[in-house]
Amino acid sequence: MSAEAPAVSMIAAPASPVDVTGHGDGGPAPRHIIVGYGFWIFLISDIVMFSAFFAAYAVLASATAGGPGPKQLFDLHNVAIETACLLLSSFSCGIASLAVADRRIWLTQGALLVTGLLGATFLGLEVHEFAHLVAANAGPERSAFLSSFFALVGCHGAHITAGLLWLGTMMAQFQAKGFRADIRRRYLCFSLFWHALDIVWVAIFSLVYLNGALT
Amino acid sequence: MKDNVFPLPAGDGDIAPGVDNEEHSSFKAGLRSYLIGLAIAAALTVASFWAVDTHLIYGAGVPAAIVTLAIAQMGIHLVFFLHITTAPDNTNNVLALAFGVIIVAFVVLGSLWIMAHLSQMQPSMEQLMRMQR
Repeated sequence: MSAEAPAVSMIAAPASPVDVTGHGDGGPAPRHIIVGYGFWIFLISDIVMFSAFFAAYAVLASATAGGPGPKQLFDLHNVAIETACLLLSSFSCGIASLAVADRRIWLTQGALLVTGLLGATFLGLEVHEFAHLVAANAGPERSAFLSSFFALVGCHGAHITAGLLWLGTMMAQFQAKGFRADIRRRYLCFSLFWHALDIVWVAIFSLVYLNGALT
Repeated sequence: MKDNVFPLPAGDGDIAPGVDNEEHSSFKAGLRSYLIGLAIAAALTVASFWAVDTHLIYGAGVPAAIVTLAIAQMGIHLVFFLHITTAPDNTNNVLALAFGVIIVAFVVLGSLWIMAHLSQMQPSMEQLMRMQR
């Protein structure tokens, strides 16, 4: 790539980052900026949707209908392991982004595999927790608190499931099509999605689990 | 997003405006940034789990501590993992984020406020029974 550098400097140089003010100076934005912005709008709308589930949970958290409350049900050790899994998978997703930028296929695939395995571990722990709750007669039908809990945490789990499917697709596409520009933009969107899900999980483990353990 | 995260391979050097142009990307610098983000996020996570167990924080202040730590960690994720910066090509993303934060605040705080107000106004069971008589 660096061998091409003189050729680039021969043409009228694209505006240097210093000249670009973000108000249209320096020509249209690069395509990956535009694609990233579009996907960012989707992520914001997704987070607004999550906020409705958070609001429902916050309002209904005390409506236990005589059933078990957060303190009796939540196992913070399990939550700590889930949190570690998701944080580390977010990190290895970032390593995969660097590997994609450097065109290192095996590092990309390895980092994505680690991301997927950690995500799957998280999902397994969550399914295990849900099964445990349902078996203990604390399923979503038990009280308004549990309905809103399963809706909120289950919605996040559904996003993780979709993310894992997307991740598998990305690994196959990198293998089959290589580091093509459109595949890399697709991967940019996936990495934004995965990191955003970790942000939602920060809100869940803080507001649902840790706050629940206090009351 | 940093410009150099997803560069196109340099073609013949004839790049149309709006098409990504090759810029040098540094694996090492990127890795260092992700490691810093991971370390701070992990420290904040440990701190919030610690805040639940400790007796060093005044009991009524613990929820506030947890919320503060969560907001701090979200900021760390935004900066180090989602690469939200003050760079010019990020102004639109920051504005969209600000709009999203306002809506989230309206939905969550508004719901809590309205529902708390409603349940305060709701007559208790005793009062309802008295009204029926």
